[in-house]
Amino acid sequence: MKDSMKDYPLKLEGDNIPMVRFQNVTKRYGDLVVLDHLDLDVQEAEMVTIIGPSGSGKTTVLRMLMALEKINDGVIYVEGQPMTHMVKDGTLTMADNKYLRQQRMNIGMCFQHFNLFPHMTALENCIEAPVQVLGLSKKDAIARAEDLLDMVGMLEKAHEHPSRLSGGQQQRVAIARSLAMRPKIMLFDEVTSALDPEVIGEVTQVIRKLVSKHNLTMLMVTHQMGFAREISDRVCFFYDGKIEEQGSPDELFGDPKSERTQQFLSAVLEAN
Amino acid sequence: MTYVEFLKVYGPQLLEGSATTGMQTLLAAALAIIIAVTAGLMRLSKNRFVYGAATVYIEIFRGTSLLVQLYWIFFVLPLFGLTLEKFTAGYLAVGMNLGAYGAELVRGGILSVPKGQWEAATALSMSPAKRMVRIIFPQAFLNMLPPWGNLLIELLKGTALVALISVADLMFVARKINGSTYMSAQAFGSALLIYYVMSRAVVTPFMRWLELVMARKLGRA
Repeated sequence: MKDSMKDYPLKLEGDNIPMVRFQNVTKRYGDLVVLDHLDLDVQEAEMVTIIGPSGSGKTTVLRMLMALEKINDGVIYVEGQPMTHMVKDGTLTMADNKYLRQQRMNIGMCFQHFNLFPHMTALENCIEAPVQVLGLSKKDAIARAEDLLDMVGMLEKAHEHPSRLSGGQQQRVAIARSLAMRPKIMLFDEVTSALDPEVIGEVTQVIRKLVSKHNLTMLMVTHQMGFAREISDRVCFFYDGKIEEQGSPDELFGDPKSERTQQFLSAVLEAN
Repeated sequence: MTYVEFLKVYGPQLLEGSATTGMQTLLAAALAIIIAVTAGLMRLSKNRFVYGAATVYIEIFRGTSLLVQLYWIFFVLPLFGLTLEKFTAGYLAVGMNLGAYGAELVRGGILSVPKGQWEAATALSMSPAKRMVRIIFPQAFLNMLPPWGNLLIELLKGTALVALISVADLMFVARKINGSTYMSAQAFGSALLIYYVMSRAVVTPFMRWLELVMARKLGRA
């Protein structure tokens, strides 16, 4: 492992540095290989959607990038700087917690089950990290949070606890909470999977707004094929811990090359 | 001598003893909570020395009798040069013993907070300390309140043992009255009643109230 780190640059240089680069990233749980030597670049302001059967490693991609789990091999770079590793004595070594905390500030993440803090109101959820982590004054944090809650259409419910909000409302607050940290990259991990069908639209509407109005780089794992096709710049079909096929939404959905992609898409279409 | 007459004569002593029991309970509870939170957090540490130290503490204090621990603290520690007043030795022993039980409640309460809460806080770049204090512990606290109610009643009743090192608590007074009057039924009957009232009319309602307050804070009530 140590010798092989020489194959990875200390930082990315040159023109057109990708916002995110997975280089040769492998993740194993025991004998199970979840991500198998993954290479993936995401450009600034690009919206990349990851689709694939369950167990294909798609959620793991986001969790690796957010550094919620350690990778076994390879390096992830964010804005050209190593994310999973740090430079020490001229070589890349595993990032320590302090370094990760710093690097995570570039990234926001929304979860399938929202994970709002139940002991705080919607507004308190949104000001918690800006005040505690970024050191914003409470006043500034509230102003920022109210703007964002307004954007996701939740300003009226700012003083409600999550237990009094519907799933769709909670997810919208969760999006506002992530955005309050002013991340450059947003990760959406199956954010509509736990929602009732009739409220999925209010969440996708917010994401649509983000894509059209903000310069965010986004990675999204979803089962909403229609939404993925409509909104993505690029779609990656994951199979067995690898990218089986990727391309523009029209290419991937309209004219899939790989047999596995075709099978997956037709199975999903049939289910719908 | 009717029971009313008995109370007239010995009531004041019994009340004084009850006050001592109350003080022992409060001090022991405060100590138990501090120990429980410290040892409970240590048991969650990945550092095996930190984890090990807490485990040894918990094993010793849960695995041996409170009475033996009390005697050790009061009678044996002086042989090693540490002499404690009997009142101090009393609540120290009870607090340290119940703190060991409480540590497992704290650990369990913290582990009962869903993983998603830890991940959300981590994703917001919160430091482990802030994540614990601001996100995890408040939720864990509510989850662990019901078992803590039981533990505090155990603790209250456990303080009766301090009578055996001559702390003048309720049990000590009851024994003294019994010794001089042989009115066992009245003396120990009164003690029984007072312990019951203290646990059912003071500890339990207080814990219920605390649960309600915390549940409101968490938006669950």
